[in-house]
Amino acid sequence: MFIADNLIEDGHLIGGQHKESGKIVFPLPSGAEQAFYDTVQLSDEGKLWSWSVQRFLPKSPPYMGTETLETFKPYIFGYVELPRQVIVQSRIVGCDESDLKIGMALRLTTTPFDHKEKGVVDTFAYTPA
Amino acid sequence: MDVAIIGIGIHPFGRTEGMSGLDQGVYAVRQALKDAGVEWSDVECAFGGSSAAGNADIMVNQLGLTGLQFINVNNGCATGGSAVISAYASIKAGQSDIALAVGFDKHPRGSFDPKPADWGIDDWYGDQGFMLTTQFFALKIQRYMAEFGITPKALALVAEKAFHNGSLNENAWRRSPVDLETIENAPMINDPLNKFMFCSPAEGGVALILASEKKVKELGIQKPVWVKGAAVKTRLEGSFEVFSPSIQIERSTPPTTLASNAAFEMAGVGPEDIDVAQLQDTESGAEIMHMAENGFCADGDQEKWLAERATWLNGKLPVNTDGGCLANGEPIGASGLRQVHENVVQLRGEGGERQVPGEPKVAYSHVYGAPGLSAVAILER
Repeated sequence: MFIADNLIEDGHLIGGQHKESGKIVFPLPSGAEQAFYDTVQLSDEGKLWSWSVQRFLPKSPPYMGTETLETFKPYIFGYVELPRQVIVQSRIVGCDESDLKIGMALRLTTTPFDHKEKGVVDTFAYTPA
Repeated sequence: MDVAIIGIGIHPFGRTEGMSGLDQGVYAVRQALKDAGVEWSDVECAFGGSSAAGNADIMVNQLGLTGLQFINVNNGCATGGSAVISAYASIKAGQSDIALAVGFDKHPRGSFDPKPADWGIDDWYGDQGFMLTTQFFALKIQRYMAEFGITPKALALVAEKAFHNGSLNENAWRRSPVDLETIENAPMINDPLNKFMFCSPAEGGVALILASEKKVKELGIQKPVWVKGAAVKTRLEGSFEVFSPSIQIERSTPPTTLASNAAFEMAGVGPEDIDVAQLQDTESGAEIMHMAENGFCADGDQEKWLAERATWLNGKLPVNTDGGCLANGEPIGASGLRQVHENVVQLRGEGGERQVPGEPKVAYSHVYGAPGLSAVAILER
């Protein structure tokens, strides 16, 4: 199970391309706004645009992870530039923050997320290529 | 018809147990009225708000039921800036001669916990831990440092100055200086920003009384401070803002630069004419980036400015002379008005230990907030 519908399809991230302006956005808009967009497959490969580390347990809600103050482990996140498409915010996995350099090549993967209400689900992430 | 600020009031920022945010706003209004030498019944219209401490217009219960027009403002971090521009416009339009701008707040401890739906974002974004304002600021300065050669030391130098200035400000929350080494070695919150480099949600209230030129003369106001430029701008396509699951590859002019340009043009002055500036410093990196976005230096020049202490009280452009958000905390509704309050103090020459030398004549304030808007005010004595 994935953390939400409309994020990933056939193993690729999907976004929306505005029918008039051609602008690509992520995620694909939901609800009435979706009528203005075509579904577009986003690139599996990209470059690190910026990054940081979440070092404190976010307040819940809105955070739905099951960790406590004692079990929380910092996670890396950042923005990934998908060539000629859009820059997406994502978790960054499979590396240490000391490995990160802006501009480095990354590829799409998935990572498990222990969700308070949904149980263990998958979410998208990028990892060093 | 010019518009002046004739009265200012502030309730000390930080934590005041047992006092509501609204009461802190009322406290500030009473002080501002006294400072201006006018009565509550003289105020013809009011604009005010808070983000988390209730409706501003209920304060008439305490101040007096005079029948005045009172409009609640709810514009995120730009609530104060929007109140000022509304009060200004009301006087400029000839609708009133004396107007109030007031902002106050009282936030719980810890980071803000916004709901994704309030920002047009799907739940998964908050579920997996992306709905934090601190992350945006970290990502923005991380990229900026790589692009323009800003070092971690520069981030620490901003915080050092903030706590120094805060120690000289009787209304600040953080009143103890912190040495550079302690700041540099503090635990990270969101890399590259550590615990001394972020401001915290807090409490406080600020009120300003504005008046028409005619009223300033009639009342014989001794030290009027004139509002020469005021602008509020929202983001353009291609802007990089807080709470963005995706952003466009091509960057555009940020809302801060739009508001800055508009205010400078309106005031007929440029960055070189500014003697003292209050720039949104939600965290150390924001002050650095906002120095360039507001036109005071080129991208990357901040490194040299900070090494030379050019933004300290006796530097070429003193920035955040009251300690800014870092030393005062951020009660959202009051924060932008605190900046204007401090500029009035400086232009009147009433800064005491933190008074900028050389009798400053033109002052600049800038507030930035979610979801990507900025307010700028330029004052002149």
